[in-house]
Amino acid sequence: MSSLLRAEGLAFGYPGRRVGTDLDLDIAQGEVLCLLGPNGCGKSTLFKTLLGLIPALKGRALLAGRALGDYTRREIAHLVAYVPQAQTGTFAYTVEDIVVMGRAARVGLLAAPSRSDRRMASEALRRLGIQHLASRPYTEVSGGERQLALIARALAQEASLLVMDEPTASLDFGNQVRVLNEISSLRQQGISAFLSTHQPDHALRVGDRFALMKSGRLLACGRAPEVMTPQRLAQLYDVSPAEFAKAPHP
Amino acid sequence: MGATEDRTPRAARSGGWLWLALLALVAALLLSVACGKFPLDVGQIVASLFARLTGSASPLPETAEAVIWNVRLPRVVAGVIVGAALGVAGAAFQGMFRNPLVSPDILGVSAGCGLGASLAILVGASVGTVAAVAFAGGLVAVSLVTWVAAGAREHEPVLVMVLAGVAVSALLGAGISMVKLLADPTVQLPAITFWLLGGLNAVTWADLRYAAPIALVALLPMWLWRWRINLLTLPDDEAAALGTHVAQLRLLVVTAATLMTAAAVAMSGIVGWVGLVVPHVARLVVGPEFGRLLPMSLLCGAVFVVLADTLARTVAPIELPLSVLTSMVGVPVFLWLLGRRRQPG
Repeated sequence: MSSLLRAEGLAFGYPGRRVGTDLDLDIAQGEVLCLLGPNGCGKSTLFKTLLGLIPALKGRALLAGRALGDYTRREIAHLVAYVPQAQTGTFAYTVEDIVVMGRAARVGLLAAPSRSDRRMASEALRRLGIQHLASRPYTEVSGGERQLALIARALAQEASLLVMDEPTASLDFGNQVRVLNEISSLRQQGISAFLSTHQPDHALRVGDRFALMKSGRLLACGRAPEVMTPQRLAQLYDVSPAEFAKAPHP
Repeated sequence: MGATEDRTPRAARSGGWLWLALLALVAALLLSVACGKFPLDVGQIVASLFARLTGSASPLPETAEAVIWNVRLPRVVAGVIVGAALGVAGAAFQGMFRNPLVSPDILGVSAGCGLGASLAILVGASVGTVAAVAFAGGLVAVSLVTWVAAGAREHEPVLVMVLAGVAVSALLGAGISMVKLLADPTVQLPAITFWLLGGLNAVTWADLRYAAPIALVALLPMWLWRWRINLLTLPDDEAAALGTHVAQLRLLVVTAATLMTAAAVAMSGIVGWVGLVVPHVARLVVGPEFGRLLPMSLLCGAVFVVLADTLARTVAPIELPLSVLTSMVGVPVFLWLLGRRRQPG
């Protein structure tokens, strides 16, 4: 399996404020890597670094074998899409308008999306089962529907890897299932995902491999039997293994 | 299915609104040229225009010709430019700052123009020089704000820009007060006060020779980048991850909006509320998509200022300051918009 995104000895954070250090990661084509860790452990900062939004402080990040810093913003967007946690938005763009913005890296600098770009946006909406929202204002649909729209935007972007910041956090049960199924079905089409979640059972449902992060360092990274053990998860979240065993999880 | 069509129902509806706004502008222009102490009717105006276009002799008396071509038309054209510039700049800034309460003044352009104009009036400069110094003052103020904001890398760039803009505006406002204090109270002080209140009464074709090309040149990048400017309404990280050079695009919008606002303000003085209210009204009818919002804000702004200026010179025996009228109309409209329930679709 070829490596799509790889971090070697990565230190990340902001000038004067190091958030994480000594991080090695590898995401292969068509693989789903789930990142678990307590609030504030540096997950979002790691995502920003791997998306090329902030420079690595030390070590290197490679995208398709090439240093992330050697890419233009547009080239990164051809390979990696970012699915942030949905915010309300200030202006009443339609859901379709928002999804079409996923085509930004594919349309010319001075161009507007073409008919085929709009068709791709509609197709992405249809795949997530929210085509009926196309002309609704993004500001007025529910939080879950907004999250689905942002995933649709990432699909419209046609990237090989989706970086998803807690994609199921604001969703009801039905939408959680829909999003998780969508991640699995994308994986079958060779699209990778790197996602963070606070739900170990969600991770287990879609993940190929799992990374546990605490205070900016990886505790463990690998397949479920070695990583997703009650002992490790209890250590990750600072709870006793007994308490963890009580919690409902598969 | 509707959603897969090239033109969404909203886009189609917006097209209708744009034509309606264009018609309203033509009507406002004719009305404005017709109204005044020397009333004209639309037939006369059309006849005079036709005569000029075809190069034939005008059927109108010389006085009527002079009123149309030397008095009213430059003023009406100036109204179009001021309204269009403030409307478009306001729409772009509200999107870029992700805040519908922002006006084109937010980065200090009006305060800079005001200080420039006051200083020029204080040293007894000619009308043309006052406009030129005002224009330069606006550009200097915004450059200063942009430079300060670029230095503060630790914070959210948009927030830093707004705060720096507010601070620099306040400082320039203090400068204006200082100049007023130093000004000769019989001639200079009223001149400064009237300039700051805004008005189109002194506009000539010569002013338009500078303002119109600058406003048009500034409009061009806004129009060319119109779709991409939508991306600035997203959080910076999201827009960047979609493949956009956020800082470059933002600089482009700031430069274009500042140029057109400074060109307008240098000619008209400070005309309040247009840049804040007009984009709201435009967004209400065509939505926030900038490709539609830009032309709608342009047309609405032009109609608003042309009509307000017509009122300013006709309702009272003395001419009212334009800004007083735009505020008297703009503020109630704005308050009504605030109280209104957000409309779906």
